[in-house]
Amino acid sequence: MKIFTCIKYVPDTSEAEIKLNPEGTEVDSSRFSFDINDADNYAVEESVLIKEKYGGNVTVVSIGPKESDVMIRMAMAKGCDNAIRIEDERIASHDPLMVARVLAGAIKDQEFDLVLTGCMANDYGQATTGVALAEILGVPHAAYVKKVEIEDGKVKAYRELEGGLMEVVEINLPAVLTIQTGINEPRYAPIRGIRQAQKKELKVVNLDDLGIAEGDVNAEASQITLEKLYIPVVESKAEIIEGEPEEKAEKLASILVKGGLV
Amino acid sequence: MGNVLVLAEHRRGELRDITFEMLSLAPSLAKDLGGEVMVLLLGNDLDQMAEKIAGYGVKVLVVDDPLFADYNSDKYQKVISALIDDYKPKLVMLGQTAQGVDLAPALAVEKKLPFVADVVGLEVEDGVLKATRQLYSGKVNAQIAFKPADTYLVTIREAAFEAPEPAAAGTIEKLDSPLKEDLDYRKFVEYIEAEVGDVDITQSEILVGIGRGLKEDKNLPIAEELAEVIKADLCGSRAACDAGWLPSDRQVGTSGKTVKPKLYLCMGISGAFQHVAGIKGAKTIVAINKDPNAPIFAEADYAIIDDLHKVVPKLTEKLKELKG
Repeated sequence: MKIFTCIKYVPDTSEAEIKLNPEGTEVDSSRFSFDINDADNYAVEESVLIKEKYGGNVTVVSIGPKESDVMIRMAMAKGCDNAIRIEDERIASHDPLMVARVLAGAIKDQEFDLVLTGCMANDYGQATTGVALAEILGVPHAAYVKKVEIEDGKVKAYRELEGGLMEVVEINLPAVLTIQTGINEPRYAPIRGIRQAQKKELKVVNLDDLGIAEGDVNAEASQITLEKLYIPVVESKAEIIEGEPEEKAEKLASILVKGGLV
Repeated sequence: MGNVLVLAEHRRGELRDITFEMLSLAPSLAKDLGGEVMVLLLGNDLDQMAEKIAGYGVKVLVVDDPLFADYNSDKYQKVISALIDDYKPKLVMLGQTAQGVDLAPALAVEKKLPFVADVVGLEVEDGVLKATRQLYSGKVNAQIAFKPADTYLVTIREAAFEAPEPAAAGTIEKLDSPLKEDLDYRKFVEYIEAEVGDVDITQSEILVGIGRGLKEDKNLPIAEELAEVIKADLCGSRAACDAGWLPSDRQVGTSGKTVKPKLYLCMGISGAFQHVAGIKGAKTIVAINKDPNAPIFAEADYAIIDDLHKVVPKLTEKLKELKG
């Protein structure tokens, strides 16, 4: 089983207040810590589980800066075999269709059975790249996959629908699956794995190395323009409970009890 | 002609809400683009659904064929692709749903359409189509302009628009399926129902909700002790269930349960729309979160902007005292 697993290096903004640059064109991410995108972490685990079961090789593919090597090494410490990091500022990274073209450029000339991606990125949340990648590669796909079974050149993909319902589809290999969070329990990298990961191959390439024309994936090629970013005003009708933590707790307890809410 | 083509979404014989939500947007866009609204209904045994959609004053294009008895993204793609060639709509609209996500990006690539996913606002400004979408779980909005093209493609976020009331009678036009044969590379196998757990949170009167802000499972007692004192059931965001802190039948939101408690007290939940969609029926919402801009506060009746680890244990203590 020859697997390519595409991962993204994203800022952790789950509990942080976000600020923009003065021009409103970019998020000021200098204060955030970065790590692997949630769903991609599950995709890495799933690819390693598939390799452990069926044998084979897992190649990590990521578009990102040098700092993301830490994330890539961690995926290799968990069992991925080698990695390609694409670093090129010419890529229109706001457009997932351009991102998918670049990923396809790194994969298309190699033999593969499966390509896994996370189903959605924490930052842009478009849930687009993986399915677009499948179409560019000309292979079947399934999105939001929460269970994978492989048999006789086919994969049974359990797709998560709304309300907890699952749709099981059978698709031919090679295929692209976009992996939903919760599909497995991502492992911690073993110490031995961390040591071995340092020796595994991490190839850094740009568009020219991949034979991708800049004009196919840059801002000109993209059919959409990111005009501006802004912080939406949270229109809250909530009564904000003020004070020190203990005071807040006391006030809320009294509201809940007096209001007959508990 | 600037027609708007909307893909009706249905599952197991029922039209899904997103179909009608898209119909609240489509008419004004069609007007601005100089065309009309066409709804594509694709499936098998569709007469009732077609009537229902036509009741919104739109033209319904029906492809009713046993080939589409079960949903299949690839078959849908073939049909929509053929209809884009035939009808040349200016805008094609799908839902950002498990169905739309599995279909729209491939369609965009195949037909080389400018595409924006998960749109929460869409308008024509000086002849340019502009979409608004959310980044970072709703903490940042982006305005995106489409470059001029024959056909644009968008997917619309669920529950972002309110469905309109039915209007004048529209028309129904039956089409032959552009797809004549089954596909051998993707097959529908079956649906599997959601697991049923020990507690049915859709029936709970009081719910304590936990999210990523709880940080790790050893902090679970913070929520459990509060829940015990106020006789609440525990539920959580996707992050809390993925992390294994709670079983998946306790997940609240679009891919989990829709709840309607008298009191929903949540901690460390930022309020991504997927979660918020599941708590619209809660009567009173109390939110505790560190980030003053967390979208959850837009839903809350009472808000505490602070670290849950500092506030909640004190809250539990106070409630114990007050309730004796």
